[in-house]
Amino acid sequence: MDIREIQGYASFFMTMFLVIMLYGYIIHLYRSEKKGERDYEKYGNIALDDNITSTPVEDKPASQRD
Amino acid sequence: MQSNAALEYDYSLAKKFTFLTILFGFLAMVVGTLIAAQLAFPELNYLLGEYGTFSRLRPIHTNTAVFGFTVSGIFATWFYLGQRVLKVSIAESKFLMVLGNIQFWLYFVGALAATISLLLGYSTSKEYAQYEWPFDIVVVLIWVLWGVNMMGLIGIRREKALYISVWYYLACFLGVAMLYLFNNMEIPTYFASGGLGDPIHSVSMYAGTNDALVQWWYGHNAVAFGFTVPIVGMIYYFLPKESGQAIYSYKLSLLSFWGLMFVYLWAGSHHLLWSTVPDWMQTMGSAFSIVLILPSWGSAINMLLTMKGEWNQLTDNPLIKFMVLASTFYMLSTIEGPIQAIRSVNAIAHFTDWIPGHVHDGVLGWVVFMIMAAIFHMSPRMFKREIYSKKLMETQFWLQTTAVVLYFTSMWIAGITQGMMWRAVDEYGNLMYSFIDTVTVLHPYYAIRALSGVMYLTGFIMFAYNIYKTMTSGRVLSEEPQFRTPMA
Ligand code: HEM
Repeated sequence: MDIREIQGYASFFMTMFLVIMLYGYIIHLYRSEKKGERDYEKYGNIALDDNITSTPVEDKPASQRD
Repeated sequence: MQSNAALEYDYSLAKKFTFLTILFGFLAMVVGTLIAAQLAFPELNYLLGEYGTFSRLRPIHTNTAVFGFTVSGIFATWFYLGQRVLKVSIAESKFLMVLGNIQFWLYFVGALAATISLLLGYSTSKEYAQYEWPFDIVVVLIWVLWGVNMMGLIGIRREKALYISVWYYLACFLGVAMLYLFNNMEIPTYFASGGLGDPIHSVSMYAGTNDALVQWWYGHNAVAFGFTVPIVGMIYYFLPKESGQAIYSYKLSLLSFWGLMFVYLWAGSHHLLWSTVPDWMQTMGSAFSIVLILPSWGSAINMLLTMKGEWNQLTDNPLIKFMVLASTFYMLSTIEGPIQAIRSVNAIAHFTDWIPGHVHDGVLGWVVFMIMAAIFHMSPRMFKREIYSKKLMETQFWLQTTAVVLYFTSMWIAGITQGMMWRAVDEYGNLMYSFIDTVTVLHPYYAIRALSGVMYLTGFIMFAYNIYKTMTSGRVLSEEPQFRTPMA
């Protein structure tokens, strides 16, 4: 197998890997919302309510969230 | 950090970069209109000796548009919305303020010097990477300063969740940093040869097909991380904020983000179809270009759906018009690009005027419209004054929209005519036309494009005037508007 062929296969498997990751991400997003772990849509309010005195939508770092 | 009542967002940096956006936008478009006119009327090449020729001016047009206008717009909007979505004032950190100001002055002086160097004929001859090595170093410095500033602001934020726009600005920062560094690897010949030739001159570290591959991996992704990613970041903030409607689907915005990141980087070889790069790589470029429709349309549709139930705003708020048109043009150019990346279509389209046609429905309809809309939205907040004239804005909108349509339709016709004429053969297999035949046929379309340039430039001057009048004589606002931008 010469280098071109290896590159070709590498590209193919990389693509497959990325596709699986991306689909996995969709499932992750919907599942964690269904289970009530996260509400992604509330983050949309960050743009709407953005005065410096507004209460942050999320004021704890991810590690301390319950 | 304690919150205190007098805390306010600091817009001084956003204002400074807004001025530069307008200045460089004007310069880029004056030169763009001039070179468009030169293509229609070649005598215009001889106005200023060597300094006025198409070959000198074209890189000035492209680099000023990309690194002058668009990048200033990215900085201006970052220094505005970055603070707001992170709910922290940049003035809370002296360090970040000083850094931002150094970034501004280095950028301003560096961009002017780099433009002058192009005028003097210093060029690496790699598209969008023409700046010679000393300027590349300045670009890298500016970029690092911006990166440190952005990370610093994120570091002191109150809002712990990073709004989707911040992701896009971060991606812009990382993407451009990586691309710029790799593509501009070059050896200054003067130093490498022990003092021969011009100290500013350099040669690329890559050669032949590899050079072409790195160049178009860069060139295509310069479009991705300069013209797409940060502009999407802008619309995700400014459209919801202006309309008072949260993003239609935040999940879709996250998904399109990762989709865009995954796919874009692989599509660059569509610039090298039918060339000497390996076959599988060309196929990959085409395939990924087509897949790219999905994340692109994902963002655009998300934006249009954000207006669901609120379409009345489109008729009575010209700013919404600008943004909705911008996302529509984004959809147009992200379907057009993949079509051009299909091999058989590319065989006709490559090297023709259809390509600049495609570039400009993207940049004029999407990039410039969005940046102008952002500045219109920011101005009343930054200057605490109402927009000077809604009527002027409406007129500008229609003038520029017509100009964009004239630009790309004339280039579609010109490009396809050109492509068909180049490959036309008679019954014996001889080429039917010589090059000059195509030039003659294309003349009217070039003239139409030059006219569209004049119209678009006029619109931009109206925009600049409107902002100037807003700053100096708009009605003073007693409090910051929450959503809709007030205009007289
Ligand atoms: C008044 C508005 C403008 C006019 C009349 C104009 C005109 C032109 C012309 C005549 C060319 C050369 C095409 C060729 O070589 O055949 C060009 C190239 C280009 N322009 Fe513009 N331009 C305008 C605005 C802009 C803006 C605002 C941007 C970016 C934000 C931009 C980005 C580019 C790029 C990237 C290219 C290179 C395209 C390629 O290599 O295919 N232009 N423009």
